[in-house]
Amino acid sequence: MKKSLFEIAENTPLTPTVYRMRLAGDTSHITAPGQFVNVALPGHYLRRPISVCDAEPGMLTLIYKVVGHGTEAMASMGLAAELELLTGLGNGFDTALAGESPLLLGGGIGCAPLYLLAKRLRAEEKCVRVALGFNSAAEVFYAGEFAALGCDVTVATADGSAGVHGFVTDALPERYSFHYACGPEPMLRAVYDKAAGDGQLSFEARMGCGFGACMGCTRMTVNGPRRVCKDGPVFRKGEILWEG
Amino acid sequence: MGRLSVTLCGVELSNPVIPASGTFGYGYEFADYYDIDCLGTLSFKGTTSQPRFGNPQIRIAETHAGMLNAVGLQNPGVDAVISQELPRLAKVFHKPVMANVSGFSLEEYVCTCQKLDAQPQVGWLEVNISCPNVHGGGMSFGTDPAAAASVVRAVKAVTKKPVIMKLTPNVTDIVSVARACEDAGADGLSLINTVQAMRIDLYTRRPLLANGTGGLSGPAIFPLAVRMVYQVYEAVSIPIVGLGGVSSAEDVIEMMLAGATAVEVGAANLVDPYACREIIAALPAVMDKYGIKELRDMIGGAHG
Repeated sequence: MKKSLFEIAENTPLTPTVYRMRLAGDTSHITAPGQFVNVALPGHYLRRPISVCDAEPGMLTLIYKVVGHGTEAMASMGLAAELELLTGLGNGFDTALAGESPLLLGGGIGCAPLYLLAKRLRAEEKCVRVALGFNSAAEVFYAGEFAALGCDVTVATADGSAGVHGFVTDALPERYSFHYACGPEPMLRAVYDKAAGDGQLSFEARMGCGFGACMGCTRMTVNGPRRVCKDGPVFRKGEILWEG
Repeated sequence: MGRLSVTLCGVELSNPVIPASGTFGYGYEFADYYDIDCLGTLSFKGTTSQPRFGNPQIRIAETHAGMLNAVGLQNPGVDAVISQELPRLAKVFHKPVMANVSGFSLEEYVCTCQKLDAQPQVGWLEVNISCPNVHGGGMSFGTDPAAAASVVRAVKAVTKKPVIMKLTPNVTDIVSVARACEDAGADGLSLINTVQAMRIDLYTRRPLLANGTGGLSGPAIFPLAVRMVYQVYEAVSIPIVGLGGVSSAEDVIEMMLAGATAVEVGAANLVDPYACREIIAALPAVMDKYGIKELRDMIGGAHG
């Protein structure tokens, strides 16, 4: 983990509610795809945890959805404004588990962290298939960017206005070596139930600190209570327990 | 003694800054971020006799100048704390630690305190009779002077280390609880725990926290804490650990002027993991600005 200042280099809408923010600063503490940063926003007490969409030396890309006062404030920030971030939070996805033909499943804003994962897997010359799920065609983002990495991309929409009519779990290919998923909990549960074989699932949670101190985001697992922010957000399929 | 040092119940602290229980885990994970030997001490995560998962999600809510939590005393239980957490802490923290204890019955307080009192690492027992987020224990001991006194007597009977009772602000008269603890033999008091509070979600039209209520912390409660420390200082002669929304070196000095011998920093650690280190580093220059030579001279300085 590192606390440092970043300068906003881009802050543009990708859809009516989803924005991409590029931030110039030290990305050296981001060690795995699927990690997140915790963004301090002026006038808001707690930081906002946002997954890392892409990280290159000196440049961080975040994709975030406007859901409340904090992300509304982020969306209105101009170029060159400075933000203080904690970087390198969370465990991230393990690319060593991928096998030759991994499947990446994203739901809504959960598609964002799969981008750096896909990039790393393509750099290892894996045959990467990506299924991106959204509510409707208007909410689709980054399908082209994943395709540009050389991934085989399928889009699913709940209302059928783009791609496959249904959920990502309605677009599962027949064979894949391992699966990685990120999205809202109902989607993760469907992936857990329907996707064959082993996988890693990345969870969202309401967090206090984002670095393991407050126990605010704990969920029960096969191995006992685990903090989504520090022990996760990525959990192996076999560790996961569901409430209810 | 350095100019920042204070003595708390007979044990010297190199400075009065202490991460508050529940905001610093068992301490050792913060050693990945900085050398935690710079701290006066640390108060570790509230520990109970048995392991506790705590409350269901959602446990955290934000508010203006603060946050609500309803974690519900998640901890691995005192035996695992002694066998696993304290040895890890010993590798990276070389000072006496403050052991924070919670319970749901007198017997449980006694059992947990007795075990932790026997640990050489432990310098003080901080007995939490003020957790607002659990049912059938915790705060119910801290809202009644007679019940609070019964916990003090029971714990003092089985321990040798200084016993600091952690008080709740969720009472009409905190002074009467403080006096009852002093009369029963408490060596010190820490105040305040969080303020019982609630947020409601406009979408679901239900309380945002799964527990319904939570404990409010952060700068929003700082003046409330200062007022209570000031009032309790007037009424008791045992040392007070002041906490509640402390976020800066200036806040530390203000809390000491109100009557605190040492000062705990809570929610600020969750916003900035380096908060305590930065507050300690800022103290000498802030003391110079206000013409303070020795920090301990500020204790109770606001009283006429």
